[in-house]
Amino acid sequence: MLFLDHIYLIPLLPAFGAAMMFFFGRRVQKATVSAVCVGVVVLAFIMACGAVLQYTTWADANHHQPYQKILYTWLGTETGHFNFLTKDGSQAVFQADAGFLLDPLSSIWLLFVTGVGMLIHIYSIGYMGHEGGYYRFFGYLNLFMFAMLTLVLANNYVLMFVGWEGVGLCSYLLIGFYFHRKSASDAANKAFIVNRIGDAGFILGMFFIAWYFGSLRYTNVIAAARSGHFQIGDPIITAATLLLFVGACGKSAQLPLYVWLPDAMEGPTPVSALIHAATMVTAGVYMVARSNALFLLAPTSMKTVAIVGALTAIFAASIGLVQNDIKRVLAYSTVSQLGYMFLALGVGAFAAGVFHVFTHSFFKALLFLGAGAVIHSMSGEQDMRNMGDLAHRIPITYRTMLVATLAIAGIPPFAGFFSKDEILWQAWTREGTAYHILWFIGYATALMTAFYMFRLIYLTFFGKPRMSHEVEHHIHECPHSMAVPLLILAVCSLSAGWLSWPPSLGGSARFEKFLDPVFAPEAQVLQEEGKAAQLAAGEREAEHTSPSEYLLMFLSVAAAGVGWFMARRSYENADKGFTEPIQAISPPVYNTLLNKYYVDEAYDYAFTGRRKIGDVRLGVMGLGEASSWFDANVVDGAVNAAGWITRLTATISKWWDTWIIDGVGVNGPAILARMLSYPARLFEWGLVQWYALVMTAGLVGFVFYYVYH
Amino acid sequence: MDAMLHISTLHYLVLGAALFLLGVIGVLTRRNVVIVLMSIELILNAVNLNLVALSRYWQGMPARLGGGAQALHGQVFAIFVITDAAAEAAVGLGILIAFFRNKETVNVDEVNLLKW
Amino acid sequence: MQAHILSVILFTPLVGAILLLFVPKENKDAIRWIGNIFGLAGFLVSLPLVPAFWALVKSGDTTPFKFVEGTANNWIPSIGAGYVLGIDGISFLLVMLTTLLGWVSILSSWTAIENRVKEYYIWFLVLQTGMLGVFMALDFFLFFVFWEAMLVPMYLLIGIWGGPRKLYAAIKFFLYTLAGSVLMLLGILFLYFHHHGVTGVYTFSIPELYKTAPQIYSDYGPYAATLLFLSFFFAFAIKVPMFPFHTWLPDAHVEAPTAGSVILAGVLLKMGTYGFIRFSLPFFPDVLMHTRVRFWVMTLSVIAIIYGALVSLMQKDMKKLVAYSSVSHLGFCTLGIFALSPLGLGGSVLQQINHGISTGALFLIVGILYERRHTREIAEYGGISNVMPVYATITMIMFLSSMGLPLLNGFVGEFSILQGTFMEKEIAGHPGWFWAAWAVPGVVLAAAYLLWLYQRVFFGTVTNPKNEKLHDLTPREVATFVPLIIMAFWIGLYPKPFFQILEQPVNNLVATVHHETAKPDVTVNAAAQPAELVAPAAVVPIANSSMSAKSAPMLKKGNH
Repeated sequence: MLFLDHIYLIPLLPAFGAAMMFFFGRRVQKATVSAVCVGVVVLAFIMACGAVLQYTTWADANHHQPYQKILYTWLGTETGHFNFLTKDGSQAVFQADAGFLLDPLSSIWLLFVTGVGMLIHIYSIGYMGHEGGYYRFFGYLNLFMFAMLTLVLANNYVLMFVGWEGVGLCSYLLIGFYFHRKSASDAANKAFIVNRIGDAGFILGMFFIAWYFGSLRYTNVIAAARSGHFQIGDPIITAATLLLFVGACGKSAQLPLYVWLPDAMEGPTPVSALIHAATMVTAGVYMVARSNALFLLAPTSMKTVAIVGALTAIFAASIGLVQNDIKRVLAYSTVSQLGYMFLALGVGAFAAGVFHVFTHSFFKALLFLGAGAVIHSMSGEQDMRNMGDLAHRIPITYRTMLVATLAIAGIPPFAGFFSKDEILWQAWTREGTAYHILWFIGYATALMTAFYMFRLIYLTFFGKPRMSHEVEHHIHECPHSMAVPLLILAVCSLSAGWLSWPPSLGGSARFEKFLDPVFAPEAQVLQEEGKAAQLAAGEREAEHTSPSEYLLMFLSVAAAGVGWFMARRSYENADKGFTEPIQAISPPVYNTLLNKYYVDEAYDYAFTGRRKIGDVRLGVMGLGEASSWFDANVVDGAVNAAGWITRLTATISKWWDTWIIDGVGVNGPAILARMLSYPARLFEWGLVQWYALVMTAGLVGFVFYYVYH
Repeated sequence: MDAMLHISTLHYLVLGAALFLLGVIGVLTRRNVVIVLMSIELILNAVNLNLVALSRYWQGMPARLGGGAQALHGQVFAIFVITDAAAEAAVGLGILIAFFRNKETVNVDEVNLLKW
Repeated sequence: MQAHILSVILFTPLVGAILLLFVPKENKDAIRWIGNIFGLAGFLVSLPLVPAFWALVKSGDTTPFKFVEGTANNWIPSIGAGYVLGIDGISFLLVMLTTLLGWVSILSSWTAIENRVKEYYIWFLVLQTGMLGVFMALDFFLFFVFWEAMLVPMYLLIGIWGGPRKLYAAIKFFLYTLAGSVLMLLGILFLYFHHHGVTGVYTFSIPELYKTAPQIYSDYGPYAATLLFLSFFFAFAIKVPMFPFHTWLPDAHVEAPTAGSVILAGVLLKMGTYGFIRFSLPFFPDVLMHTRVRFWVMTLSVIAIIYGALVSLMQKDMKKLVAYSSVSHLGFCTLGIFALSPLGLGGSVLQQINHGISTGALFLIVGILYERRHTREIAEYGGISNVMPVYATITMIMFLSSMGLPLLNGFVGEFSILQGTFMEKEIAGHPGWFWAAWAVPGVVLAAAYLLWLYQRVFFGTVTNPKNEKLHDLTPREVATFVPLIIMAFWIGLYPKPFFQILEQPVNNLVATVHHETAKPDVTVNAAAQPAELVAPAAVVPIANSSMSAKSAPMLKKGNH
């Protein structure tokens, strides 16, 4: 059990790499940097594979329990004297471990985070080879791996929060990697602060959990939640899960906190691939899936998750239809696909959601890396209007990106088909019209996805070349270190979906079976309590063979085909100044979409206060200005007024003292005495001998008086 | 011869009075502070003379009136006065020097600051 | 050594100050060396305290105050004043913070102070003794002497070596804090005479007063007790400073020299919170539990958190920004104190240490730029990362620590405070989560103002030609940051020793305030249960039967 016993090394290896870069990065060669930083991630990947393999055998012998490894008590003391009272009045201990947990859910994340992360590290060697700050880049990437793996492997919410904030930090650092650009540092700040808003929700959600369950360790919380002591729809659990979901909205870029993700494309492209597509943004999905026992107790939260997910999916997809920056299209696509995942979680199809995370990580990473290769070959050009006709000039990039596009559009047998179809199917099978509407939104999104993805392919790789001659002259295929990851990811994008070949098509859904220990128990609990509405996961087996499933499957493939066809018709022969179909139909709609529904502007007016309405500044900065004014004038004004009143009183006192007390009271008698004493003073003229003479005379006078009297 | 040689207490007192008068006149009339100080010494010595003479006189008186061989108070006082005179001369000369440094004079009539 | 270790720690800086009196003032380098040697010595002599104190914690020592020196009334017996020193876990941490920051800030002033060097070091060392005395004194008379004595050197540090408006700032600082202290003096005298009324003994001994002071509520009624509480409250609230008594702080910070700011933020402000913990809580438990009083102190804390952060966001002067961020952070500390739960209180003390470390470092950071450019206007900078990369890295770490990023110190404190507040069933008529929810936006705003500052100062290209030639940190400057960074990571990664040191005092305090007589004996098995950390269940329900009926000695209410 070598790997399993030392599971903590998986996050610590990249942390070691980051520390090396921190201390020595400036002084070593690029080759050393690559060797250390990529080396630790490769090691982490090997350890992860080993640990997961060992876990599967270990789990078989241990009732499929999660494996835990606790290093030490991180927060609190193990003697447990920092107690608090839970809601029902029992004593609970304030404690958070530096502890790691491996179960099927974290195994999946562990594998694709280290796997995709490793590929992107390798890719970065080529991509970042000519950039300054090479060691800094790899140090941050390693730090990110550490944080992400901590997030995934934590055995309690607090440690998950460590990773949660840690990935946010790395995201900030990497978005702001080109810190000379104001737009980059703006985007970095935006990412961190928007994420922090989500984190605030996460913290409060955690406290509610601790208050209710007395612990933040997953095993305890989940055991308590499944114990049946809690009502479905319990308001505290609803509050806790909604707050956790606020955190997920921040990290996974859901409405209304999605705004940071498109801007995050200011970072280097490997970063976009690793952090803002494949791994970090799925942390919210992970957290909701991890808390599935809680969410199932809160139907309101589940509905909220589903609705937010569906709305985000179609909202972002519609923006993606018209964007011209190749990375922005992918960014909105990511937001949209994340919405899909939350839709799946919200309808109770946790395994389907996780499966989509898994497949998405491959094809979206591939799309971003492909886009990076395109940008690399186009000498930094990102605007698709200036591309075209690249298919035969960079064939590897083209072919791999095509695979990824087929995958994301949901064309069988590529990976996206299986996961997306599963999600739509699960949404459809839930009872109630509302779920049918959600299904329809998801379906429309699938159509849009196919359209904008093929739009990207046609604009980039087909049509007339629209770039300048100088750029055209420099077009070259990417180096091997970049091509190899593309090819590996392409293979994964094709085949990852086969892990969960649906039973209706003769498969066995191995992926979902693997996850059963994590998700299935509550289906059982709920079934016992007769809550049929929560049973989506449990009913799966029975309904998978109904004819409507084949119909839906056909419909979604058809949607993908229609999207492809429309994109092909519009953009196949795009030349300079080509017309956008949406613009031709309705310019206002086009402008709204192009400007992303003006959400950034609205936020700037209403929430941040970076823009003024007339002379009035609203939002946080408005509050800040008002507070500063209040502080300088009212609070400090009061202090200064107190000082001023003291001085005024002092002035009056001084006048009173000088003229009344001293003038009349003290000097008055003195002046009187002086006036009265004036005649007596005439005797005194200062000669000592005169005084002596008077004295002698007086003495003699006395003598005579007494002698002759 | 005896009458010539017998010097009574009265003689001493007359001599003391004469010295005293000389001293007073000196203090009152001389302008130089040094001489004024010396005149003060004269006055003190006149007092000493009186004290010693009267002490001697008291030794001849009967013991029941406080006299007798033990009646030495006057002589002790004279010792005190001598000490006092020395101290006074020291302080006086000190003041005088300080004064001279300021005013470059030792004349009393030029020292008339001590007035209203 | 062990018996007098507190006196040694207390007077080492003063010895240095006296020694410096005999060095000719022209000999600036000698003065700097002596000043720094005694600054370091002040820290080094406090180090033996760590293993000694730790051994006591581990052995389950239940005496409330350890290393007690002197007996009550031994100094001026006729009025009952004594030279009594002693520390518990809370003051132990603050003493260590003081010695560490004292050393760091003395080291940081090597080149910053050019004129009147001798006086500077002398006053700084005197200040150090004054602050240590405040944290060590177990006698109210002695406490008050140190409390007031430390004002003078600080006043001079601001007033002589400060910036353009130094006199305004120095006088404001002095008068404002003095006004509070006068009220406290009246309060102390009331306690003193009340103690005599109850026991017939005149004494300023704090442990003695602990026994009688809580009776004031029943002896004189709630109104008088509240007034008395307020007399202490104002003194401490001004020192902390709580909203709305905070406006001296930005002025004092902006004008003070760098090292003065470090000490001011790092240690002086803690004297206010320390006062709350040491005096307000055990003296006036009934007043504190009163709904209206508690509502106001909690509200002021929450306002300080949000308001301090908002004002901080809009500052144009770096130092003022950091100063207002202190108001926000100290709001967390007072929130934790008045939540009156062990966790909140422990988190609060830890957060005080954290604030000393991270905000102290932030002032050093601002000072370094100020020393090079002689301006603190944010608009003057931009793109500093390009010219001073090491500096930029250190700044980033300390900013992250200040905004409470996990694995750095700030998070541990803030998390404990928030959880401690959240879990209280009822605080002033509202559930605990109500208060915690109000405080949480402060965490978001902290990220906003610090990152925005970082962006404006460090990111971008160098646009101001004056910034092009700035040189990066010297080894001495790096040395000032190293201990702070180490502490930041230590508390962030392994805060357990700090929690262990704090668990006895804070549990005792909370038990006093809640009038609980039966509480688990908090120190007995500190060493005996190391194996529990691998137990799968974190919930260890503490059955009533296992509770020791023994109350902590200092907490028993005195009998009438």
